[in-house]
Amino acid sequence: MRAFAELLDRLSLTASRNAKLTLVRDYLRDTPDPDRGWALAALTGDLTFSAAKPNFIRKAVEERMDPQLFWWSYDYVGDLAETVALVWPRRPGANREPELNEVVDGLRTASRADVQRLIEGWLDDMDEPRERWALLKLMTRELRVGLTARLAKRAAAEMGGVEPAEIEELWHALHPPYEDLFAWLEGRSEKPSSENPGRFRPVMLAQAIDEAVDFGKLDPADYAAEWKWDGIRVQLVNEGGERRLYTRTGDDISRTFPDLLDALFEEGVLDGELLVVRDGQVASFADLQQRLNRKAVDAKLLAQYPAGIRAYDILAEGREDTRTLSFAERRQRLEAFVGRQASPRISLSPTQPFETWAELAELRASPPAGDPQIAEGLMLKRWDSRYEAGRPKGPWFKWKRDPYLVDAVLMYAQRGHGKRSSFYSDYTFGTWTEDEGGKRFLTPVGKAYFGFTDEELKQIDKFVRDNTVERFGPVRSVRAEPHFGLVFEVAFEGLQRSGRHKSGVAMRFPRINRIRWDKPPGEADELSTLERLLERMESR
Amino acid sequence: MIRPQDLLCPKPEGLYCAPGDFYIDPVRPVARAVITHGHSDHARAGHGAVLATHETLDIMGERYGLGFSESAQAAAYGEVVRRDEVEVVLVPAGHVLGSAQAVVRWRGLTMVVSGDYKRRRDPTCPPFEPVPCDVFISEATFGLPVFRHPPDREEIARLLRSVAQFPERSHLVGAYALGKAQRVIRLLREAGWERPIYVHGALDRLNALYQKHGVDLGPLEPATSKTKQDFAGEIIIAPPSALQDRWSRRFPDPVGAFASGWMQVRARARQRGVELPLVISDHADWDELTTTIDEIRPGELWITHGREEALARWAELHGVPARALALVGYAEEGDD
Repeated sequence: MRAFAELLDRLSLTASRNAKLTLVRDYLRDTPDPDRGWALAALTGDLTFSAAKPNFIRKAVEERMDPQLFWWSYDYVGDLAETVALVWPRRPGANREPELNEVVDGLRTASRADVQRLIEGWLDDMDEPRERWALLKLMTRELRVGLTARLAKRAAAEMGGVEPAEIEELWHALHPPYEDLFAWLEGRSEKPSSENPGRFRPVMLAQAIDEAVDFGKLDPADYAAEWKWDGIRVQLVNEGGERRLYTRTGDDISRTFPDLLDALFEEGVLDGELLVVRDGQVASFADLQQRLNRKAVDAKLLAQYPAGIRAYDILAEGREDTRTLSFAERRQRLEAFVGRQASPRISLSPTQPFETWAELAELRASPPAGDPQIAEGLMLKRWDSRYEAGRPKGPWFKWKRDPYLVDAVLMYAQRGHGKRSSFYSDYTFGTWTEDEGGKRFLTPVGKAYFGFTDEELKQIDKFVRDNTVERFGPVRSVRAEPHFGLVFEVAFEGLQRSGRHKSGVAMRFPRINRIRWDKPPGEADELSTLERLLERMESR
Repeated sequence: MIRPQDLLCPKPEGLYCAPGDFYIDPVRPVARAVITHGHSDHARAGHGAVLATHETLDIMGERYGLGFSESAQAAAYGEVVRRDEVEVVLVPAGHVLGSAQAVVRWRGLTMVVSGDYKRRRDPTCPPFEPVPCDVFISEATFGLPVFRHPPDREEIARLLRSVAQFPERSHLVGAYALGKAQRVIRLLREAGWERPIYVHGALDRLNALYQKHGVDLGPLEPATSKTKQDFAGEIIIAPPSALQDRWSRRFPDPVGAFASGWMQVRARARQRGVELPLVISDHADWDELTTTIDEIRPGELWITHGREEALARWAELHGVPARALALVGYAEEGDD
C-alpha cells in the first residue's frame, strides 16, 4: 500500500505527461502481482465495488479526537479526506499495514455495514498520512490524480515494450488484477486472447502532410482523397449482440448516443466521424458539443441535436475482420454495407475524385458547395493500405485547410506550469473595437500558450516582465497602446459565437503563428474582421 | 505574591523582563536583548547589548556585519548569566545551529521561553532539553493536529528515489538558508549521497559558517559551475524563492522539491508548483508540541506565535492553563 500511496501522491503533483508515464511504468515494473494489477485497475477506473461515501469518516474521526480541534484542522486544510488522513490519531500496538490487495479484496467483498469498520481499522494500522489519504481516495473509486486511463495503459505497454494499441485491443477481454497481462508483458507467457465481441479496435491515424516534401514523392494515382470532417472520430460496433460506440481512444460513449446504437441492423464495425446532422446537412462543432460529455440525454436533446455518423472505413463485416484488406477493397465493402443499412443516421463519407495534386490543392482552397465548405481539409489514403493501429508513416495523410490568421495585441500574460513555471507563457490577446464615443480600445478575443520556440518564449517573457502595467496573482497586464506593445499573428481553425466572451467570439485551437515585433499595435486587426468571418462561416 | 507577568510580559517590542531590564527576541531595536536563535525575525540588528550563544552571535555577524549591536556577550549552553536580579540560562532548543531556550529565574520563579524548537534529532545542532518550570512559553508554528512530520530520513529517501527514477532531470530543493539547507545536506550525506551538492550563492556564507562550527557538509559546488545538461542527475539546493525564479532555468527540466513543514498540506505544494514536497521541518509538529507540554507539565502555558488557539485548547483539555500572547512580528511562514 505504501508504494501505491507514493505513486498517487507523486502523480497528483506531477504535470508532465512523460514524468507520469515514468512513475506508473516503474511502479508496475517494481510491484508484485496482484498489487500492481489492482493499482492499474484503480488508475483506469476498472475497479468494481460499491464506493464508500466519505462522510461516515468524519463521524469516525470525531469519535477519536476533540471535534473543535478537528473543525479547526478541516477549516485550515479544506479537503475532508486529506484532513482525516493527516489528523487520524496514531494507535499504539497497531497491526501490520495492509497490502493493496487486502484493501481491494476487503472493499469488494465486505458488506456495506462492515466496510466502514474495515476502513477505520486500516486507518489505525497505517503509519503515514500519505497512505491514509490514498485509502480514502481509493474507497471513493475516484482517484482524481490527473491521469487518463489511456496513459495508464500506455505505461503498461512501455513496461513490457509492446505497442499501446496491442493493450487497447486486448483491454476489454482482460479483468483485474491482470496477471495474464503482466505475464505476457514480462515475457513469461503468450499474449492473452482478445476475442471478445463488442470490443474496441485501436484506430489508424494519419500523419500531417509536408507539402514541400511529400507531394514530390507521391503519385496521385495511389491515393484516394476524402474530406476531413470536423466532428469526433468514433467506432460504431454491432457484434455478437453487443452494440457500442467508442471514441478514438476506446472510451465507451454508448450511453450518451442511444440514437446511434440501433442504426446498424447488420453485424459490423464502422470507423467514422460523429457529427450533428440535420436534414442531411452537417451542423457546426458547437452543436455537437451540446451532445458530448453528458451523463444523461433526454428526448428533447436527441431531437434538437440529432447525431449521425459519416462512415469512412469498415473494420469488420459480419464476424469477418476486414482490417487486413486493402483500402480499395474495404471501401467497396463499406459502400455496399452502408447502403444496406439504409439508415438516415449513417451516411458515406464521399471520396473526392482528382487527377493531379494541383487539382486537389485547388479543391482544398475552394471546396465545392455544401458540407465540404466546413470541412477541416482533406484526407489522403493509399488505395492499397491495410488498416494498421497507430500512426504508420506513409499510408494516410491529413492535409488541413490553411488556418485563419489575425493580428492581435498581447494584453495579459500568465505564468505557465511545470517546466514553464518561471515563464509568462499563457497569453491573452485582443483586437480593436470602438466604444459609443468612437474611441478605439482592445477587447480580448482569445488565449494561446504555444506556437513559439523556446527562444521566442524567453523574449516574450522578458517583454512581459519589462512592460508590466499591473499584477493580479499569477497574471500580469502588459502595455498595449497604439504605438507601443506586442503584436501576435494568431492562427486558428475556426470561430464560434460565444456568450461567455465579452467579444462575442471564441476561437478554436488558437496558437501563436508569428511574433510581429515590427508591427505597431495600432495596425493590428479589428474585431469586426472576426465578426465578418463568422458571418461568412454561418451563411454557408 | 509574585506573578509570572511581573517577570515577563508581552510588549509591542517583544517579551519584556522588567526585573532584568531586557527583551527576548525583540522585533524593534532595544537597549538590552536576549536572542534565542539567528533567524532574522528573532535576531534583528540595531540593539544596544545582546546576549546569545556564541554560534548565534556568529550567525548575526555573518548576516548583519560585525557592528550588528553596540555590544555582544556570548553564553555557553548551561552557563548562568546575571542580568540585575535575574538569572538567565541558555539551553539547547534543537532548532538550528546555536538555537537556545531562554530559562529565566527570579525569586524562585522559573520561566522558559522556548524560542523556536523541535524534538527530533538534527545532525547540525544539539537536541532540545526539557527544563522543569512554572511557565513554559512555547511557539506554535505547527500548532494544528494536521501537522505530523514524518521521519526526515524517509523524506530524504523519497528524494533519492526520485533522483534515481529521473536521471535525465535535475532535482532542485528549496530550503531556507539558515538551518534547513545545512540539515538537508547533512541528511543527504548520511543517506550515502557522496556526489558534490550544488548550492545557490545565497547559501554560501552560512554553509561556510556551519562547516567552521564542525558540521561536515561534504563537497559543495556553486550551481553555476556546469553547463545545463551536465546538471542531469544532480541535486541542487537553493532558497525557496529561487524555485520559480528565472534562476531555475539553468537546469534541465528540474523537479521542484521544497523542504518544509508546510509541505504536509497538498494545497500548499500545489500553490507553489512543487512537484516533490519534502516534509522536513525545524519546528515541533503537533505531536512534539503536545508531548513536550506533557513532559514538562508547566504550571501555565503561554503561546507566543503560530496557531495558538488550537494548542491552547489542547492544553486546557489536558489540565494545563494556557494563554495566547499573540506576539506579532514573527514570521508565520518564513523560517521553516
